[in-house]
Amino acid sequence: MELAAFGECLTNSSCLIFQTVGGLKIGMLLFLVASGLTLIFGVLGVINFAHGSFYMLGAYFAYTTLAVTDSFTLAVIAGALGAGVVGILFERGFISRVYQSNVLVQLLVCYAFILILDDLVILIWGEEFLSSLGAPEVFRVPPLFVAGAVVPPFHLFLIGASIAVALGLWLIMARTRFGKIVRAAAQNPQMVSALGINTTLIYAGVFALGSLLAGLGGALAASERSISSGMGFSIVIESFIVTVIGGMGSIAGAFVAAILIGLARSFGAIGFPLFTDGLMFMVMCLVLILRPQGLFGRAES
Amino acid sequence: MRRSGPIRDMIFGLGVFVLLALLYVLVDDAFVHDIIIKTCIFSIFALSLNLLIGYLGLVAFGHAAFFAAGAYVFGLFMQSEYVGPDSAWAIPFGVLLAMVGSAVLAAAIGAICIRAKAIYFSFLTLAFQMILYSAILAAVPITGGDQGLMGGFPKPVFLGIDLAEASHMYMFCAALAIIAALIMRQVVESPFGYVLRMLRDNPDRAAFLGLKVKLYQWITFVLAGTLASLAGVLQSLLDIGAFPEWAFWAKSAEPLFMILLGGMQTFLGPVLGAFIFEVLNAVVTAHTRYYGLVLGAVILFFALGLRRGLGDYIWQLVSDRREASGRADA
Repeated sequence: MELAAFGECLTNSSCLIFQTVGGLKIGMLLFLVASGLTLIFGVLGVINFAHGSFYMLGAYFAYTTLAVTDSFTLAVIAGALGAGVVGILFERGFISRVYQSNVLVQLLVCYAFILILDDLVILIWGEEFLSSLGAPEVFRVPPLFVAGAVVPPFHLFLIGASIAVALGLWLIMARTRFGKIVRAAAQNPQMVSALGINTTLIYAGVFALGSLLAGLGGALAASERSISSGMGFSIVIESFIVTVIGGMGSIAGAFVAAILIGLARSFGAIGFPLFTDGLMFMVMCLVLILRPQGLFGRAES
Repeated sequence: MRRSGPIRDMIFGLGVFVLLALLYVLVDDAFVHDIIIKTCIFSIFALSLNLLIGYLGLVAFGHAAFFAAGAYVFGLFMQSEYVGPDSAWAIPFGVLLAMVGSAVLAAAIGAICIRAKAIYFSFLTLAFQMILYSAILAAVPITGGDQGLMGGFPKPVFLGIDLAEASHMYMFCAALAIIAALIMRQVVESPFGYVLRMLRDNPDRAAFLGLKVKLYQWITFVLAGTLASLAGVLQSLLDIGAFPEWAFWAKSAEPLFMILLGGMQTFLGPVLGAFIFEVLNAVVTAHTRYYGLVLGAVILFFALGLRRGLGDYIWQLVSDRREASGRADA
């Protein structure tokens, strides 16, 4: 515990701003991954433990694309789309076979995929950690100074891009025909199917979108985190915390919870660096005990 | 279903012990001995988890918390100033202390978790396990943080048993695994055990009949946690330490595989699963670095192909045959 440092940071505007921006960046990247997880759970009712693997794939795909094309934009697009394509294959080939099975079987199929993808990644890209992609050329400029705090423009870009994705996701779900069908399928798949809508296609589409979001998160995160097999392990567990706190199936909930977790991580790193994770799990416990449906979840689904 | 008496089970257990002892003498191969020891340890772990999953229908996803708690309590006690190389009582007392400590932990965690339904139960157990994991990482002065409990500890001789001796360790693990299995066997074959099956299949009806559903669930949770800690103690004795990975969520997935591989409907299914898992582990890691690829494929085969554990599959074959021959006789 370094409460002195923690208090000092809270009263110091430059530290406050620096940590807030850092926390928002962590939170928004986490939101991208967790929103995919919560979307898949909300519609398909499946807890995709392998979600972190799509985050990892996004990072690796982006790495290779950047090496080949030297374009950051293309790298991010390739990371997201690549993860989405693998997501469709995973859903069609494996997960769709266990929709009717119990949680245990679903969990094991997902875990099998974590093991397989982690090893495939090592097989293809090697065992060593790959260095992060780095910020694209445009953002290699001197940082901004806000009230004495160093704010890299690239961080602002990451936050802005994630918020744009969140808004886009909200628009898709709330305003488009696809969104309406997806929400209806989440409520009552039999009825939707009886109305002549191909639910198989909807399920595959939602899974692809969920994996794409994870891949996008991975590709963007790879700009400053090193890439390794097994990088999905910690992100999936953090996404679970976000999903549970926000309410399983709620995208708005995931948004708020991801910001909370991001800020808790950023400030926790100053105040109690060793127990930040423990604190997050404690919050998760409290939410599960006091309000199992989460902050934004429906009472009974 | 045929009920088998405790006497029959004990004779069976004794027979297995004699067989394992014979195996040790006849096959003088450390590789084989190692597989048997680990199978014994993980049999206790997987069987205890199957009390919750197979018999009670509760998918606990934080079972490794008790494995780790047992290992750390035992390890810390053995490293403490009270234990010297000549403290003959140290190991039995340490085992007892670890189990009692884990029972208390399981009682507290269980009391909270069983209030949650279905998937929320799984998430709560997972969250508690991760709190323990974070606590172990954070309490560096006590637990050694991410390095684990280093420095080893003495293994004082008790009742003529010297666990530093490989043969003694082997027999000790085999004996404890058999005793633990016998205890669990008696539990699931008792009226108490049949109540558990009823709670799994129809909890509303059980509640309607006046059974205290939560109390049964809680008692089973505590029992499962306590026995899981015994597995942790043995692992700690084997590795002369304790490591934070034992409390990480992925550790809870291992007994789940074993249950899937071996089968959850047959009592000894998880034991078979533990054996398959350990053989697979030993053989595959000896040949390739890509262990996850093989294990993943095996899991997919069992989950999507066979759709049940090997033990359940064999049991089904045997009872089908028995039924067919019964029909032929009539």
